[in-house]
Amino acid sequence: MGNYGFIVHYFLSNVLKDEIIDPPKITSKTLELGSKYSPDFVCTPFKYTLGTLIESLECGSDILIQMGGGCRYGYYHELQSQILKDLGYKFKLINLINGGNHIKLKKLIKDYNLHIRYYRLPKYYLIAKTMVKYLDSIESYVRKNRCYEKEKGSFNNLEEKMINEFKSCHSYFKLRKIYQKYLKKFKSLQLIKPKQEIKVGIIGELYTIMEPYANYNLEQKLNDKGISLIRFTNVSYLLYEKKRKVKKFLKNLKLKYRMGADALDNIYHTKYLCENDYDGIIHIKSSFCTPEILIMPIIEDIASKYEVPILFFSMDMNTSETGFETRLEAFCDMLEMRKK
Amino acid sequence: MNKVIVGIPRGIFYYYDGVFWNSFFYSLNVRTIISPKTNKEIINLGLLSSPDEMCLSMKIYLGHIKYLEDKVDYILIPRIDRFDDYNQTCTNFLAIYQYVLHFSSIKILNYNIDNHHTLKDGAFKIGKELGFSRCEIIEAYKYALKRHQEYLRKKIFEQEQIISNNHKKVLIVSHAYNIHDEYLGGNILKILKDNQIDVLYSNYFDEQKANVKALELSPNLYWKYSRDAIGSISFVPNIDGIIFFSTFPCGLDSLVNELVIRKIHKPYLNIIIDDSTSITGLETRIESFVDLLEN
Repeated sequence: MGNYGFIVHYFLSNVLKDEIIDPPKITSKTLELGSKYSPDFVCTPFKYTLGTLIESLECGSDILIQMGGGCRYGYYHELQSQILKDLGYKFKLINLINGGNHIKLKKLIKDYNLHIRYYRLPKYYLIAKTMVKYLDSIESYVRKNRCYEKEKGSFNNLEEKMINEFKSCHSYFKLRKIYQKYLKKFKSLQLIKPKQEIKVGIIGELYTIMEPYANYNLEQKLNDKGISLIRFTNVSYLLYEKKRKVKKFLKNLKLKYRMGADALDNIYHTKYLCENDYDGIIHIKSSFCTPEILIMPIIEDIASKYEVPILFFSMDMNTSETGFETRLEAFCDMLEMRKK
Repeated sequence: MNKVIVGIPRGIFYYYDGVFWNSFFYSLNVRTIISPKTNKEIINLGLLSSPDEMCLSMKIYLGHIKYLEDKVDYILIPRIDRFDDYNQTCTNFLAIYQYVLHFSSIKILNYNIDNHHTLKDGAFKIGKELGFSRCEIIEAYKYALKRHQEYLRKKIFEQEQIISNNHKKVLIVSHAYNIHDEYLGGNILKILKDNQIDVLYSNYFDEQKANVKALELSPNLYWKYSRDAIGSISFVPNIDGIIFFSTFPCGLDSLVNELVIRKIHKPYLNIIIDDSTSITGLETRIESFVDLLEN
């Protein structure tokens, strides 16, 4: 999912003595494999993850770890492990969100004789956690300013360099130094700002929004058209900030109850974007995502009250990239015309 | 005492605690209107007032609400989040109240079931909103609960009698709001009856026992109503065939039914219905399934 893979690899490779296999990058083959074996009207992340699981099993892994909860995500692993068993693979799949984690992990370690360097755990846990935080803050800066870059590709190259340096870093303070160094570098990159800046907010379902393959590289495409982006959903938001903010959302929206998964957050963010003079909103989700379907009319209603244009995408394996691009281009042209 | 009219939409939640609320309001002497059985008009109302991709059952529920809107003073719309962390429900169940609240101006009688609130709290909340005293509410609650349990016991008893006879039997695994809705499930039941086959419903089994039995099939399942449904499968070991019945695109059934189908080794039929499913096609599928059972 996005760039987070290297952090998980970094954490596990430093804590475990065993070999760790990175899943291959998601391609159209992954999706094809996944949808071949999954039920008809399940949401698309199921197909992506199943495809990835099959590919990593073929690379020779024994233990697969999955995290997720909230809506259907928490139940993925049970059906997926049944499907994979029926295909004849031998493995162990665990889900780490639905409670009982300590017991599950202890049993796993015993069963598979894993070699864990316990003394390293706290240190690397801290480093990995801060790494996620730093990566997210850098990425949101990139998203906001990449569209104005003078030299094409300078932001992407710098980010790649930063990730490479993150990988070889083994101390908390050194990590902080690297982060500060790169933040300065990012800020000193030359920008050409046009007279009228177009700002667009991206909201939606968490997997589709964070995995570049699943949304056809939406962010890069919009940045190339000179549109500055803001996105609220990222891993550090989901893991650490979300819980704290629910009460604030409810109070602000004058609602009584939460609405499941990211639904409430998306309504709040729509309102936030409308009130802070953003020029447009893009809502992106995988098809059949139940919580998002129900709130789409509400989001549309709020946006039309503030007269902010909004574009809905529902991504499936059959969504054609050309059709996607056409709609996106039309939306961007419309935003530009509105500005004039 | 001013006479208020409370509307109860005949969809989703009605099939779980409709009897309870009906007798609760009866005991309090409040006039209620239950929307008629689902028909073409209600479905069309529902299709107009809901997003395209929503599941058919929810569209029908919204249609019932729309139908009642100008006929009553209050509409009863619950919000069922979870009974505890291992007994959750579909995300639509917990968001639909907020959805109606956003788009409709009618007064809503709402109760909430989650980790800290039960049906009893809901009854007190609604009784208070309608202006009844504590004593009256307690009496009505007790009466309603008794009626609800009596109803369930009767249904379970009827089902046990069917199990003990020697006819050909089919178990229908489905959410209560799908199979008992005459527009959705009526055709299937009729075709089965024409072929002299007895029908067992997955929601008329002892809940607690079904919950335990469901763990054999799926140890990590955390949706209560799905667990009740698949728990029924282990109750009747010598069943002739199983029909899985769901609406398009139900989020829970897409995963749970697929898992169960992979685990059981019995004749089954998986029916997924949407608003344009043809009855003739359905008839052919069920009849060929029945033929299979008889051979």
